[in-house]
Amino acid sequence: MNNKPIFKYQIISNFDWVIFGLTIIISIVGIFTIYSTGGGSGGEPSRIYIKQIYWILYGLMAMLLILFIDYHSLEKLAYILYFMIIVVLIMVAVSGKTVSGARRWLSFAQFAFQPSELAKIVIIITLARYFDDKKIRGLYKIRDLIAPAIIILIPALLIAKQPDLGTAMVIFFIFISMSFLIGINSRSLFILAGSAIVSLPFLWHFMKDYQKDRILTLINPQADPLGRGYHIIQSKIAIGSGGYMGKGFMSGTQSQLNFLPEKHTDFIFSVFAEEMGFIGALLLIMLYIILIIKGIDVVYHARDRSGSLMAGGVVSMLAFHMIFNIGMTTGMFPVVGIPLPLMSYGGSYLVTTFISIGLLLNIKMRRFVDMG
Amino acid sequence: MKIGGLELNFSEEIKVRMLVFTLFIAVSFSFLILRLWYLQVIKSDELKLQAENNRMRIVPLKAYRGKIFDRDGREIISNRPSFNLSIIPEYIKDLDKILPLIASSVKVDAEKIKRDIKNSSAPFQSVVIKKDISWDEVAFIEEHSLDLAGVFLEIEPMRNYLYGETGSHIFGYLGEITKTQLEGLKVSDYRLGDFVGQYGIEKRYESILKGKRGSKYIEVDVAGRELKVFKQVDPDFGYNLYLTIDIELQKEAERLFEGKNGAVVAIDPKDGSILAMVSKPSFNPNLFAGGVSKTYWSNIINDAYKPLQNRAIQGQYPPGSVFKIVTAAAGLEEGVITPDTTIDCHGYFKLGKKNYRCWRKGGHGRMDLRNAIIQSCDVYFYTVGFRLGIDRLSRYAFGFGLGSPTDVDLEGEKTGLIPTEEWKESVKGEPWILGETVSASIGQGFDLVTPIQMANMLAAVANGGTLYKPKIISKAETTNEKLIKESNSKIKGNLSVSQKTLDIIKDALHGVVTDQRGTGRASNIKGIEVAGKTGTAQVIKLPEMEDKKDEEMPYEFRDHAWFAAFAPYENPLIAVAVLVEHGGHGGSAAAPLAGKLIKSYVENQNSKGKNQN
Repeated sequence: MNNKPIFKYQIISNFDWVIFGLTIIISIVGIFTIYSTGGGSGGEPSRIYIKQIYWILYGLMAMLLILFIDYHSLEKLAYILYFMIIVVLIMVAVSGKTVSGARRWLSFAQFAFQPSELAKIVIIITLARYFDDKKIRGLYKIRDLIAPAIIILIPALLIAKQPDLGTAMVIFFIFISMSFLIGINSRSLFILAGSAIVSLPFLWHFMKDYQKDRILTLINPQADPLGRGYHIIQSKIAIGSGGYMGKGFMSGTQSQLNFLPEKHTDFIFSVFAEEMGFIGALLLIMLYIILIIKGIDVVYHARDRSGSLMAGGVVSMLAFHMIFNIGMTTGMFPVVGIPLPLMSYGGSYLVTTFISIGLLLNIKMRRFVDMG
Repeated sequence: MKIGGLELNFSEEIKVRMLVFTLFIAVSFSFLILRLWYLQVIKSDELKLQAENNRMRIVPLKAYRGKIFDRDGREIISNRPSFNLSIIPEYIKDLDKILPLIASSVKVDAEKIKRDIKNSSAPFQSVVIKKDISWDEVAFIEEHSLDLAGVFLEIEPMRNYLYGETGSHIFGYLGEITKTQLEGLKVSDYRLGDFVGQYGIEKRYESILKGKRGSKYIEVDVAGRELKVFKQVDPDFGYNLYLTIDIELQKEAERLFEGKNGAVVAIDPKDGSILAMVSKPSFNPNLFAGGVSKTYWSNIINDAYKPLQNRAIQGQYPPGSVFKIVTAAAGLEEGVITPDTTIDCHGYFKLGKKNYRCWRKGGHGRMDLRNAIIQSCDVYFYTVGFRLGIDRLSRYAFGFGLGSPTDVDLEGEKTGLIPTEEWKESVKGEPWILGETVSASIGQGFDLVTPIQMANMLAAVANGGTLYKPKIISKAETTNEKLIKESNSKIKGNLSVSQKTLDIIKDALHGVVTDQRGTGRASNIKGIEVAGKTGTAQVIKLPEMEDKKDEEMPYEFRDHAWFAAFAPYENPLIAVAVLVEHGGHGGSAAAPLAGKLIKSYVENQNSKGKNQN
């Protein structure tokens, strides 16, 4: 790395244009969908899509920036980054900005940012570093997972306390996926799965009422159609009423007339599916699937363990977001604030998504490069 | 996987795990796609319908109720625009600034308004804060409209009874439809909150008057704000109703009745059309039009004189001496007397040990039928009734339309009562007593009639014996004057007495008014020949009051005064029955009223006739 140019030809030639292209295409689809939600009356100001364009540009810049930094350098910095993010998360808990009941925001100047989003990437890098350092012979056993579990538990609890259950869930999923990737022996896997199932009733016991409600609502939304079931019912109506072909751009009655709540953020997929129909939704999901496949390809063909692990963390994070968000809008999962990558309005998560995709590109680019 | 502790290729090691991971994601995405297929293809139609239901609202447009006119086409009941003061909560910036401004000139309950706004279902749906505000209040709101953003006036048709209390029992009133009424209707386009006829013609002819609600199909957003109108179906006007009532006569009758309780029914003898129908005390239907206030309703309900009772068809009174018309007719027809039969009146009729008194203490002396009617000699008719027996007497009473409903087109008509031996056996479980026949022959005892029966009987006497079903509706028309329904005169029967008998009675009734000794002299009018009969319906009294004069007695113990008449004698235009509750004697209390009423109507008709010629 010392006196070499930052980008070797090889590095540039290995730039994955498909991943990059998909990112741009989905982002543009997102801009149009957000534009469409602003077409209706009342509610959010209709200029919101312009903000999204700015965030995408910031995201692209962040992505570009991350390309210049060899992911091995990031790996080296992992614990420092981890320490920093914990400090920031504590700051949020102490003096963060509260928006609609949740203390998630840290604001400087006129910017407000959700550190919990960035925490996901830091956790991915930290876990990769930990697993990479720890050269265990054979497969991991339960006791080998205690340390990494603590690593994720600290930020996850801080985030869950905000409360941001969705992000905390994502962090757990990242941990499980990366642990799985590094290899757990099958006995430990069964014990993990078994204890997870056994702990469910306890978890239920410790859940807050509104969290229990969300799960009960999922099972029977009609029990309280104007209250807790409202989101799910309206979202299902929006998606279903789109039919095969959709109602057309800016013509979705559920979103245009504001029957659909959180339409530009968590329920952006419902807006898209209502206006573009089954065909459109299927195409969009295909784009996401290709992105994930390309991501898996990066995991598979990474130069080393740390690259594979990092890419695996990113892919699992992206996949979890996609699956859980769409599952939520179609009424398969409880309503937990998990945004749809590249589509949902919101700067912190968008920039985080760009950074994580940048990380994928970064790993892919350096697959043949000597560590010199 | 690990060779010599050195990992050569991590990707080789994770091959299987990656496969599992990929499979997991693939399965998840497959479920998502299946779910989308289920929602967007299989359930699509159902969910499309739900989406439509979300955004479509059908706003009802109130129908204009049909107007009501009198026999000469004068408007009696119409609709006027009423202004409801409403607010759209979402458009209100500062309620605490706006409410005091409104309250400075419009009487409103600020606390209730705040509550209503809190409870309103959607922020863009208007909340009525005061119904039917006055013109001054409208002017104030219009004037301050700039300071009252979010406050506006909603116009709504309101029933308007142009003559106020006049004819209130005929026309009735509107009221909010009750839950029971709503449930009783199998198919209807009524909704809770609709105003429907609850009394009188408004109720009886609800289906003709109500019109048909229109509707506006609008698109709304989640807040209920109207975005666009898809389709508008204008409301249909209700049919206009023309009555047989002469509103001027009605007004005159009510004016004459001021301060009194009782009833008047005036009928056109030629076809049974009701010209006027008064019941006092009355009520003001305008106070019901926008929903009756609690105070007014409880006043009406708790009023001892029962203003809601239509005495003309629901008041049952002993007919008193007016009944002598029946006794006379029966006597002549059954041959128990002839016009020349004389009976000596010594002031009482002796039956067994009991003396039945004539109203004139010293007696009338020798009486023939004509004089007996003119002077209303009780003894004469005691005798005739005694000779007839109750069943024969009552047969004629029924024949004259007494004791059974006239079937007038109004709800709640009472039948009255004409006793027979069989009736007493079955209802009272006691045998008939002869003395009761004596009482019945002068219209006391068990006999009960309604004012409309009396008027109708007089109309039949006047027209030569035809008993009509009294009618109050002449026709129904659309707003374009297209005839919808015409009400023809229906004959209920005839008096089944000979023309000769009828002539004798008519002549005697004429004498009642014109003769020097006639009891109905007070109804005599210059230029119009009136024929009629007085009556005094005895009210049960305490024994110590028996001999007192009416004026000396407490109101509720005074007798009811009757006068039933027709005019002009030769060519009758009007038959009228007047009952003054606790008015005392018919001759003094009821007859002058009837006279004035007849005068007013007949002179009016004559001048109309002249104008036409």
